[in-house]
Amino acid sequence: MEHLRPVTAGVPQEGAPAAPDLADLLKLCGRGDQNAFAQLYDAVSARVHGLAVRVVRDPAQAEEVAQEAFLEIWKNSGRFDPAKGSPLGWLLTIVHRKSVDRVRSAEASTRRDTTYNQQNQPVDHDSTAEAAQASLEAHRVRAALESLTPIQREALELAYFGGYTHTEVATMLDLPVGTAKTRIRDGLIRLRDTMGVGA
Amino acid sequence: MSDIHALSGAYAVDALDDLERAQFERHLRDCEICSREVESLRDASALLAETSAAAPPAALRDRVLAEIATVRPLPPVVTAASTPHRRRRLPAFLAAAAAAVVIGTGGVVWQQVDDDGPESRTEQVLAAPDAQTFTQVLPGGAEATVVRSKELNEAVLITHDMPAAPNGHAYALWLQHDDVMVPAGVMPPGSDNEVLLSGDAASANGAGITVETAGEEHPEPEGDVVVTFDFESEA
Ligand SMILES: [Zn+2]
Repeated sequence: MEHLRPVTAGVPQEGAPAAPDLADLLKLCGRGDQNAFAQLYDAVSARVHGLAVRVVRDPAQAEEVAQEAFLEIWKNSGRFDPAKGSPLGWLLTIVHRKSVDRVRSAEASTRRDTTYNQQNQPVDHDSTAEAAQASLEAHRVRAALESLTPIQREALELAYFGGYTHTEVATMLDLPVGTAKTRIRDGLIRLRDTMGVGA
Repeated sequence: MSDIHALSGAYAVDALDDLERAQFERHLRDCEICSREVESLRDASALLAETSAAAPPAALRDRVLAEIATVRPLPPVVTAASTPHRRRRLPAFLAAAAAAVVIGTGGVVWQQVDDDGPESRTEQVLAAPDAQTFTQVLPGGAEATVVRSKELNEAVLITHDMPAAPNGHAYALWLQHDDVMVPAGVMPPGSDNEVLLSGDAASANGAGITVETAGEEHPEPEGDVVVTFDFESEA
């Protein structure tokens, strides 16, 4: 089983001189090794935080979500099973799930701060773009996304970054009920196969 | 390909609502194909995060590292006969007590504790001066109400127009203590019921109904959640 590599070979990311093996780090974390966790943090924090910001949008809440996710990653580090996927896939699943839960519960409780958030969006767009572009992997992913049909790509992005359910995505894209889930799945499969990750 | 398999992609990107998610997670336990597919699609979805990387403020690192220093990592899951999915924490002594609860198709495991007084225990709870009432209306219009008396340490579930549980299934009742769902009995057949819950109602912070396979032991909820009651939500 070939897995998503944490860092593209030869391209140092996020200041890490040599890519640490995330699976090894998780194993050490599971034994309570806080240094290993600090290394893990440095290796993945931009992706963890960036994902939370993209989904949650409100920077303060995104930080909270990232912090919660890191705590959960630490607590569950000993339970990571390399037979079931890549370390990055595993930990970003935790981040994504928390981010989606946060946007949905925030909407369910109130929409009162929508205006405030729209007017106070202190995300540094330059540094965001810079961090993303610094990653060769990001370019490869963008290229791979180009190979999806526009509907597949849109459905996938609304689901993953928007945090919408497939039923909501179907309505937003004027798709017949029940077809958005197929577009999302097809899009992911194409992305997976183009990038050569997963099983 | 039946419909449920088609949810693998949406599940991998958390694009299911709570009910679908619960149904699909149940399906995952039995469907090796979907399990494998979800694993690979999650790895694929993680690629999307490459395009949104953004370094966090330095202060986050300090907060995170300080926080994890105060928490012990969970022990590894020791391979057991039962499924590791969605396990809920259940202290050993509760598990032992819970093992006694068996959902029977016809058999009623719970029953009123005593009928010695002029009022049944259920009636006492409903008439208790400190009775608290929590009502939930289900999507189909059915109504479920939990009445709890802390003083009597009892709770009663009252249902109206409850649809029958699916064939081979029964409604299981639970009292929630912190994050642990403790078995509190089984609902007898019939749409309108008054059921005295077993267990410590006074210290519970919630209750719930799930659909479980009949005739099996259910020390913890495994099936779909029908409704939950939050005892701390009382206005
Ligand atoms: Zn399946």
